[in-house]
Amino acid sequence: MRLKNAMEQTMRKSNGINRRGFITGAICTLASLMGGVFATSVSTYLLGNPQAEDSGWADAGDISDLQPGAPQQVSFSRSREDGWRLQNERATAWVVIDDHMDVTAFSPRCTHLGCAYHWQANRKEFVCPCHGSVFGQDGHVVSGPADRPLDRYAVKVDADRLWLGPIERAKNS
Amino acid sequence: MKAAIYQAGEWLEERTGVGAACRHFLFEDIPASSGWPQVFGSVCLFLFLTQMLTGILLAFNYAATPGDAYRSVSYILERVTAGKMIHGLHHWGASLMVVAVFLHMAQVFIYGAYKRPREATWIAGIALLLLTLAFGLTGYLLPWDNRAYWGTVVTAQIMAGVPFAGPLLTQLIGAANGIGVVTFSRFYALHTLLLPGVTGLLIAFHIYLVRRHGAAAAPTDNGNTQKFYPKQAFRDVIAVFIAFVLLFAAAAFLEVPLERIADPTDTSYVPRPEWYFLFLFQLLKIFQGRMEVVGTVVLPTLAIVALIILPFADRLHRRMLTGRVQAAAAVLLAFSIWAGLTATAERSTPNSVHSPRVPREAAQWAQIPPEQIAGFGYFHSSGCGSCHNLLVGTPKAGPNLGHTGVQHPKEWLIQHFRSPEPSAAPLHLSLPKLNALSLFVENVRPDSVSLLKRMSAQYIGGAQTFVVSGCISCHKVNGSGGGVGPPLNGLVNRRSDQWVIDHFADPQRLSPGSIMPHYQFSKVDEDALITYLFSLAD
Repeated sequence: MRLKNAMEQTMRKSNGINRRGFITGAICTLASLMGGVFATSVSTYLLGNPQAEDSGWADAGDISDLQPGAPQQVSFSRSREDGWRLQNERATAWVVIDDHMDVTAFSPRCTHLGCAYHWQANRKEFVCPCHGSVFGQDGHVVSGPADRPLDRYAVKVDADRLWLGPIERAKNS
Repeated sequence: MKAAIYQAGEWLEERTGVGAACRHFLFEDIPASSGWPQVFGSVCLFLFLTQMLTGILLAFNYAATPGDAYRSVSYILERVTAGKMIHGLHHWGASLMVVAVFLHMAQVFIYGAYKRPREATWIAGIALLLLTLAFGLTGYLLPWDNRAYWGTVVTAQIMAGVPFAGPLLTQLIGAANGIGVVTFSRFYALHTLLLPGVTGLLIAFHIYLVRRHGAAAAPTDNGNTQKFYPKQAFRDVIAVFIAFVLLFAAAAFLEVPLERIADPTDTSYVPRPEWYFLFLFQLLKIFQGRMEVVGTVVLPTLAIVALIILPFADRLHRRMLTGRVQAAAAVLLAFSIWAGLTATAERSTPNSVHSPRVPREAAQWAQIPPEQIAGFGYFHSSGCGSCHNLLVGTPKAGPNLGHTGVQHPKEWLIQHFRSPEPSAAPLHLSLPKLNALSLFVENVRPDSVSLLKRMSAQYIGGAQTFVVSGCISCHKVNGSGGGVGPPLNGLVNRRSDQWVIDHFADPQRLSPGSIMPHYQFSKVDEDALITYLFSLAD
């Protein structure tokens, strides 16, 4: 009789522990499951990148209006997808036509931290007013802090019209 | 390692006392009679936190101005990864929140848990119910679709009709000069700044009061206690998990009703409020004319006042089950009245309001003639896109259509389609298809291209079937076309799919005297044509 009581007591105790352990485990499992699903949804939402389409080719005017030699700033309009908007915006490029009539068009932003740079005719160099980066007429870095040449637009000339495409990122010099 | 973690835990505990607070919370004594009916408070809290999280996430991609709001919501739904999911969670979370709040209140009411000393807890709960409804009301405007706009027009009119305070309330919600940018900004500020702050504080106060007075015992309670953890905690977690599954299932499988962009000139729109306000909407049909204020103001105010004075009116200490049966009957009666009004309103809702088949952008799509839509389809199916970009895209061999405008006459274009540049294959399309393609090419514009890109393949296919079958020579669509047959806009409100399908096969049987020829479409073409025709806005 005493043995039976003791056994029952032990069983009850172990059942209790098991049950408590099971409930704690179930709570932790469900909570982690919900946390995991939320974390996945949130990170997918925040880190997923809605791809904007490339801006394609834009007409930057008649090539015969541009003179070979010194760089000239050309402004043109293009369409660009910006989030939920399709923007029609003005953009600029520094266009250089060399003696062989080869055309290069530089993106108007300094490759250091994105300021607009200017052409200094007396020095024959592009100078960025923000942190003093200097680039040559062909876009190479004359002095830092910029560590890569000026980025260039894809260029094509079709029936005397200058067409500017996407900006191609220049590699480190 | 273990020792280091233990030490770090000790360090944190000594400075913050978080562990002790958690233990205090988990091992609090609650009545032994607590069980499943007591889980709804936790569900409400869970849903509120979910709404906070998804609301903040939506704000990351949302433009809070009337012009851009609609476009940014469309962007979230169509372009942002998991955007539809987050938007769905927020939308259905609001509905689920209302359900959870009502269940929580019904439980408190039936168990008499509002009685002394818990009057303040009950009143804070009623304030939270009103805040939940205010969230629904202010959030309703933010997608800036027709539903939002017209729903808010009605809300503003109701507020304007409140005796004495009407003009003041109208001024307060910025609707004195009609629903516009000011109303929008105020609703946005209320929904995202004021209401969450006030609700958060009130929830904290509500929970503090629950802890202060302890959880209320069931009417059958025998005075025994148990710890909150693990049994009741487990029940709460299970209930929260069920709400979580329901919420994610709704977000994943139910369509979020974003209609077409708000159009204040749309005289055909029949506004309907969110389902939990439908009973009020129906009430206004009962109280008309001078009595209208009874439905809009008097009855809702009386109901709120009755709820507030309930703990003071019902001062009996007993929470006997027999008394509670009466309380349960009262809840059931109130629910029946609410359900009856809601169901009546639901039944009287015209089909087009429910129809998800009229796409939300149908009004904008209506600006584009069917030939251009069909031409856009042929542009893609004929592989024109391999040489030409439409406005944007990586450089291709042929000129980009749209930037320079197509200078060539139609004859040149049709000749070009039949024998393009050497590298491309000629198109073997019938003349109506080539005409549609040339019409599309001549009219490539940024706004029309962005609309065309959003149209479903089936909608475009339907426009193609419509064009090649020559329907437009007899029927007017979006204001253009022949006048022999009836105009087809708003067909969804007049006819069923089956009627239209039968009518294709044998027009004279359904419309005696009709001169329309018999049409035998393939199943695919028929489905597409039905999609197109039933998407034509009134």
